[in-house]
Amino acid sequence: MKAVAMPTVSRVAVCGGTHGNELAGIYLVREMLKKRADGTEPVSVVTVMSNPRAAQLCVRYVETDLNRCFTRAALSAPVSETSPYEMIRSQELNALLGAQRSVDLLCDLHNTTANTGLCLITYSDRDWICLHICKHLQACTNTKMASTPVRYVHFDIPLNEAYSLDSVGKHGFAMEIGPQPHGVVRSVIFSAMQEGVQLMMDWICQFNSGTLFEGGWVDVYTMVKNIDYPRDSETHMISAAVHPDLQDRDFCLLHPGDPMFLCFSGETLRYRGKEALYPFFINEGAYYEKGVALSLARKRRVQIPSVRSETLR
Amino acid sequence: MSSRTNISCLQEAKRVAIFGGTHGNEMSGITLVNMWIQNSAEIERNGLVVKPFISNPRAVEKCTRYIDTDLNRAFTPENLSAPDVEGLPYEVQRAKEINRMFGPKGSSDAYDAIFDLHNTTSNMGSTLILESSTDLFNLQMVHYIKKAMVPHTCSVLLNEHPQLKYSTTRSVAKHPIGLEVGPQPQGVLRSNVFESMRTILKHALDFIELFNSGVEFPPCTVDVFRVQERMDYPRDTNGNITAMVHPHLQDCDWEPLNRGDPMFLTFDGRTVLYEGANTVYPTFINEAAYYEKQQAFMTTCREILAAYAIRKACK
Repeated sequence: MKAVAMPTVSRVAVCGGTHGNELAGIYLVREMLKKRADGTEPVSVVTVMSNPRAAQLCVRYVETDLNRCFTRAALSAPVSETSPYEMIRSQELNALLGAQRSVDLLCDLHNTTANTGLCLITYSDRDWICLHICKHLQACTNTKMASTPVRYVHFDIPLNEAYSLDSVGKHGFAMEIGPQPHGVVRSVIFSAMQEGVQLMMDWICQFNSGTLFEGGWVDVYTMVKNIDYPRDSETHMISAAVHPDLQDRDFCLLHPGDPMFLCFSGETLRYRGKEALYPFFINEGAYYEKGVALSLARKRRVQIPSVRSETLR
Repeated sequence: MSSRTNISCLQEAKRVAIFGGTHGNEMSGITLVNMWIQNSAEIERNGLVVKPFISNPRAVEKCTRYIDTDLNRAFTPENLSAPDVEGLPYEVQRAKEINRMFGPKGSSDAYDAIFDLHNTTSNMGSTLILESSTDLFNLQMVHYIKKAMVPHTCSVLLNEHPQLKYSTTRSVAKHPIGLEVGPQPQGVLRSNVFESMRTILKHALDFIELFNSGVEFPPCTVDVFRVQERMDYPRDTNGNITAMVHPHLQDCDWEPLNRGDPMFLTFDGRTVLYEGANTVYPTFINEAAYYEKQQAFMTTCREILAAYAIRKACK
């Protein structure tokens, strides 16, 4: 593949607290906000607490999930004082980080109760900036990152239907790290997130100063479908838990016939799909209300070109 | 030659309740109780009535710990005797209602036993929580459950501390027992945690059935962890935490913590060591609900409690 020249990544946004109970990002953003910028930084970084009211209350959201409020429709809807808080906030964040003054890269920090390790989650499987950042995190043999697997997760949704905060930047991803209960900060998770953000910034600085990053291959997990819990037909309450053989096995291939759910009645329900797929977000606490017990992805190797910034110093 | 003295004759335990959803986001108990409300076959036993009950239904509906105030701290004498006026916090109203249905606390009309089902984000495994070191019925039951669960372990936490003891939902009963199983995130149901809690209850009800049928339980001892102290996070002048539970302490519930062992790790990478003179056994390490209660973990000390033999009182 030919080397690709790309614009510098001059403005970066790091956002935490998009969900107010995902604490690693909240504490990391607080720490970053304490350090005053002195103008000598090679990259301009905007650090934002996305949902301060939810963070204050330590809840995912106050009225509606902020990370679903970034659709074209939501961002252009008329809002008033009586609109849901998160609808007002998404428009504020878009004005700050998107629209005319769109940041070059937006990194949105999240935690999950699922055993996902570190995932960069994005809408594109050919955004070379995001893919190179992933490759850089994976390559680092630092002791902290070495114990946290790093993966690239792709939601194949057209950009005009994107709904999450990371879609307001020219490039963007959610940096999702688990497992961590909501409302808890675990030091290994915090350290992994701090390390991940630092490595991302290191890559951006090197890229902006003209370094050529060699191409290669990155495994991309593309979301195929969600699976809900079995539910009682009348009460709609769940009638099974994720099977112990599947629990915590994010990104371990799930084959047709493998156990998926253990019913309260004792019965095992098995995966009925024809195709072996990679499960992830297995048993995420916030997804019960969204009807998702786990998501399933296809994995493929994506070739990425060498890249270099087009504006050299 | 066995002595026929020192057997405590205790009243039968005919009225038993199982509470789920005292905290509306602790899913194992909520799921078990809802299941048993639909179909109680599994919890039926001869010689006793077992009532499954959702203690905080509004919190359960919102999948939140509480609406106005923590129900599991609300059963104080002041709250239970508060007049029925408008504007009472939801959980205080609920506490009064529960006290009417299952108490009154301290009276002979109160339920014999209440099992209150809880989950924790801490790595406590299966834990039974007692409020008294002299409740022979409870000590014998806990001994029975621990034996029945072998090779699985079940820890016993005793909170008899004058300042740190709190007025629990289950305290309206003559014999209150807390079940705490973790680690499980709030709002999440983990199969292994769910099944452990289910098994503990099975053994508990078996014990009561046996006791009510006249079986004598010989003298026994129970290893417990007695609550000593609450340890808070280091905080700044605004009250924000400045450190996290150290990775060496995280998930090490019930393991000895000695002077000089790492305790906290600040956000800027500095280690804070435990300075206490004696070895302690920490528990409730990094429980989500306790950040607002100023508690990173609790320290306990190990103790062996003795219980006399017991059997049902003859009429």
